[in-house]
Amino acid sequence: MNSTIRELLSKHGGLPVSVETLADDADLYEAGLSSFASVQLMLALEDEFDVEFPENLLNRKSFQSIAAITAAISSIAPDSQVA
Amino acid sequence: MNKISEIKAMSLVERARRVAAVASKHADDVDAKGRFPQESIDAMKAERLLGIQIPAAFGGESASTAEIAEICSILGQACAAAAMTFSMHQIKASSVVSHGVDASWHQDFMKRIAAEQLLLGSATTEGGIGGNLRNSICAIEVDGDTCRLEKDATVISYGEQADAILVTSRAHADAAGSDQVMTVFLKGQYTLEKTHVWDTLGMRGTCSDGFLFKAEAPAEQILPKPFAEIAAQSMLANSHILWSAVWYGIAADAVNRAQAFVRGAARKQPGTVPPGALRLAEVSSLLQLVKSNVQAALEKFEAAQADEEKLSSMAFAVAMNNVKIASSQTILTIINHCMLICGILGYKNGTPFSLGRHLRDAHSAQLMISNDRILGNTSNMLLVHKQDTSLLG
Ligand SMILES: Cc1cc2nc3c(=O)[nH]c(=O)nc-3n(C[C@H](O)[C@H](O)[C@H](O)COP(=O)(O)OP(=O)(O)OC[C@H]3O[C@@H](n4cnc5c(N)ncnc54)[C@H](O)[C@@H]3O)c2cc1C
Repeated sequence: MNSTIRELLSKHGGLPVSVETLADDADLYEAGLSSFASVQLMLALEDEFDVEFPENLLNRKSFQSIAAITAAISSIAPDSQVA
Repeated sequence: MNKISEIKAMSLVERARRVAAVASKHADDVDAKGRFPQESIDAMKAERLLGIQIPAAFGGESASTAEIAEICSILGQACAAAAMTFSMHQIKASSVVSHGVDASWHQDFMKRIAAEQLLLGSATTEGGIGGNLRNSICAIEVDGDTCRLEKDATVISYGEQADAILVTSRAHADAAGSDQVMTVFLKGQYTLEKTHVWDTLGMRGTCSDGFLFKAEAPAEQILPKPFAEIAAQSMLANSHILWSAVWYGIAADAVNRAQAFVRGAARKQPGTVPPGALRLAEVSSLLQLVKSNVQAALEKFEAAQADEEKLSSMAFAVAMNNVKIASSQTILTIINHCMLICGILGYKNGTPFSLGRHLRDAHSAQLMISNDRILGNTSNMLLVHKQDTSLLG
């Protein structure tokens, strides 16, 4: 899941830095994730993992880092492989 | 009792009404000359209104957003420029109150706001960026204990009169545009070189000139939280609610004038319903919409305030954006209707029914963070946010 998230982040995150340089717990907002890009990323994640983020996950915290995104997706799609 | 405790013993509404009496006396002159509503701001200071939001522990009165909104509305009915100045000051104060309580410099600053009735200004708008609050070009430079900032601030309301200005910038030279901080700069720590003159259609008294802002100050004056959190958790709601309260005030006074006009006509011809009465009924319903909208937003904000997650949620941001869009648009319809009711006496200046100033002031509402920009932001969130269809939720 981690590599898929990284791939989507690099495609939709609009970050000025390369995703490879970011640790799993690096702050994505500090890295330049804008609110527009974060929505684009959410859409891509919903499509890729075939999930819908419930309202309580649609906040800054859930998308603050790659680790937070992983946790958010795992919490709604327990079947998807965490690798 | 000393003078300050005597004043504080009166209700906030009473004190606001006394300021409004001063503001309404000077409103036309402030508008005609495009000058700062100095008498009204002096009256706010005399009534100790500039420090009411500061927690009591720091010398303020711990006033709630609802209480401040009521004052914005009272002042808005008298002089929109004075009311907007008050609301912008309180919006800045809310950032310090919500995000500066743990920092000793900001605690002392809060004490000074209350004790000295300091007036706070804001510089978020930037040349090349416009009203995109969550983006900066300029970057703050931290050099040991000192920070320096230069900003092409194209709109700073009452920049020359403010005692301190809160300025957004990128967090450091290499930071992304959305990685921002907000810093408090005190008068004396900055210079303002005027670049744009505020000669506008309405809101002429806010004196929102453009300046090249250059400052140097101790680095501890940077607010200790990312501006993203300040924007989401205090500024978004406070701005949209308190601005809307001012706008409601403008519209409410216009409706008062239209109603006085219709009543006068009814008295002249007893037994008949004047032609403007039907429009007045329409306008009364629209005004109620704006009022309910602001009240509902206040309730939502109060409920969310205890819960950081709720405050940062999309549902909350969408709701606050919607409040701003609805009130800024609806007041224009209301005041225009009032003008139709009062006819030429509303169109003319200097009559008891004059509405030109109201209409011109109200036109700023859609531009004050462009509605198109806000709609764009909401439409983006609606791609993932699911609406709550319950009536009471
Ligand atoms: C009375 C008053 C007082 C003010 N006081 C202050 C102050 O004290 N401090 C301060 O910093 N600012 C202040 N402002 C500025 C205000 O907050 C906005 O930043 C400013 O009005 C926006 O300016 P703009 O229309 O030139 O810029 P922009 O936001 O760039 O908008 C220009 C136009 O471009 C369009 N547009 C641009 N981007 C988008 C987008 N993404 N989506 C859709 N449409 C878009 C919109 O149609 C808009 O009309 C004040 C404004 C007013 C009216």
